[in-house]
Amino acid sequence: MMKLFHLAAAICLAGAAASATAADPNLGRNLAATCANCHGTNGKAIPGAGMDALAGMEKEKLLQKLKDFKSGAKPATIMHQISKGYTDEQLDLIAAYYAAQK
Amino acid sequence: MIINRRDFLKASASAAAVAGLYGCASGSKASGHVVVVGGGYGGATAAKYLRMWSQGNVQVTLVERNAEFISCPISNLVIGGTKSMADITISYENLKHKWGVRVIQDEVTGIDAHARKVKLEKGGELSYDRLVLSPGIDFMWDQVPALKSAEAQAKILHAWKAGPQTVALRKQLEDMKNGGVYAITIPKAPYRCPPGPYERACLVANYFKTEKPKSKVLILDANEDVQSKKGLFMKAWADLYKDIIEYRPNSELKDVDVAGKAAVLEFEQVKADVLNVIPPHRAGNIAASTGLKLINNRWVDVNWLSMESTNTPGVHVLGDAIFPAPTMPKSGHMANQHGKLAAAAILNLLAGQAPNPTPVVMNTCYSFVDGKNAIHVASVHQYDAATQTVQPVKGAGGVSAARNELEGKAALGWAQNIWADMLA
Repeated sequence: MMKLFHLAAAICLAGAAASATAADPNLGRNLAATCANCHGTNGKAIPGAGMDALAGMEKEKLLQKLKDFKSGAKPATIMHQISKGYTDEQLDLIAAYYAAQK
Repeated sequence: MIINRRDFLKASASAAAVAGLYGCASGSKASGHVVVVGGGYGGATAAKYLRMWSQGNVQVTLVERNAEFISCPISNLVIGGTKSMADITISYENLKHKWGVRVIQDEVTGIDAHARKVKLEKGGELSYDRLVLSPGIDFMWDQVPALKSAEAQAKILHAWKAGPQTVALRKQLEDMKNGGVYAITIPKAPYRCPPGPYERACLVANYFKTEKPKSKVLILDANEDVQSKKGLFMKAWADLYKDIIEYRPNSELKDVDVAGKAAVLEFEQVKADVLNVIPPHRAGNIAASTGLKLINNRWVDVNWLSMESTNTPGVHVLGDAIFPAPTMPKSGHMANQHGKLAAAAILNLLAGQAPNPTPVVMNTCYSFVDGKNAIHVASVHQYDAATQTVQPVKGAGGVSAARNELEGKAALGWAQNIWADMLA
């Protein structure tokens, strides 16, 4: 039993170490949800309401767009200010989440 | 020690069982019953996301006193005459039929947090595993003694909760003579929707400019300065409404002369033809009566990892009712974000897991300065373990460079999308 306990502890630690950047298994989902107010639940924006639908957008394309907003390379009315609030790792998780939405 | 694959799997299964006892139970599913009180921006969002993210495994009951959702954001356009009530009214049908939320139209009269039960006005009670309170605000009528009676409140309107008051204020403005004065009083911060009163002043002035050009708009602000988008609002007042809008800071309302339609300030009385009083407010009454810890006797103190009350386990509080994190506005957008933060945390807790240790919330708020042009303020707030709150990210966020029509379209697009994010 002690061995089992040690193994349990080791599995816990391994899990924690592996998820140092994504501590919560749903971190990408949670971060992406902060965009949904404007861009629609799971990135499915209302058609014709003037907001980009992010669902199913290729990950690299979306990530580049977000990084360009963040650096100022891509002009915007508001996204340059919002993208600066997220780390590059968070933007990566957000782009990956939306790319996986059908 | 050499462990072959089969032994490892066997050991892992046992270890997982042990680990479960020690809080490392990844993969387990959330189940249980969550009661949500209040179907506004916070509560409706929490209800939908709890159902969506649990794939229907968590049962959700939403208790809401109104038959339909009526939005405060965009309601200033109804008061200004460019939108109708139908434009800001949405049913709860999709929450019921698409998302499987049980919606009960009733009033919560009491909460037993120990027994985890909610009492309803029309009778009966609901048991819960977790409770979400999104009660909005209630007014502190003691601060405006003459407005304590329902009769007085029907004459001197706040229209700070969208609904019948929105319609009534529009009617008062339509009935007002050309050459009349509309005065709006703003309470000391924090209050619901920091830019809202200034937007309303703009939209009433916009109506006067075309329909009743001899009329005036008077802003009586208890604060020492404009509380949001200051430069942009002051530029709009100077450019668009130079002879219409007058702004008076440090003008705290002490009481009202209801019959004379006068705002009673410390040293003077200001008479108006339409007097619009936004009284000081606090967390919805149910929060205080439940014994939740309040800050300044007004706003609910919450744990920012879960939105859970700091003194009442199992009760999560959202939206305008909470004591805000640094620089966080009381806004519908922010309440929606609180709803998602709480939904994620509740699902983790119901599955025996800790809440996400790194939550993020953000705010976007558009204000119209006339029928077409809008301005925004935005911010992003990341959890900071050292201060145990969400802190605004330095260098992020900001306001519009100038008022523009593109953001007027974005403001309406924002509304369509956030309403769908909550209710569709």
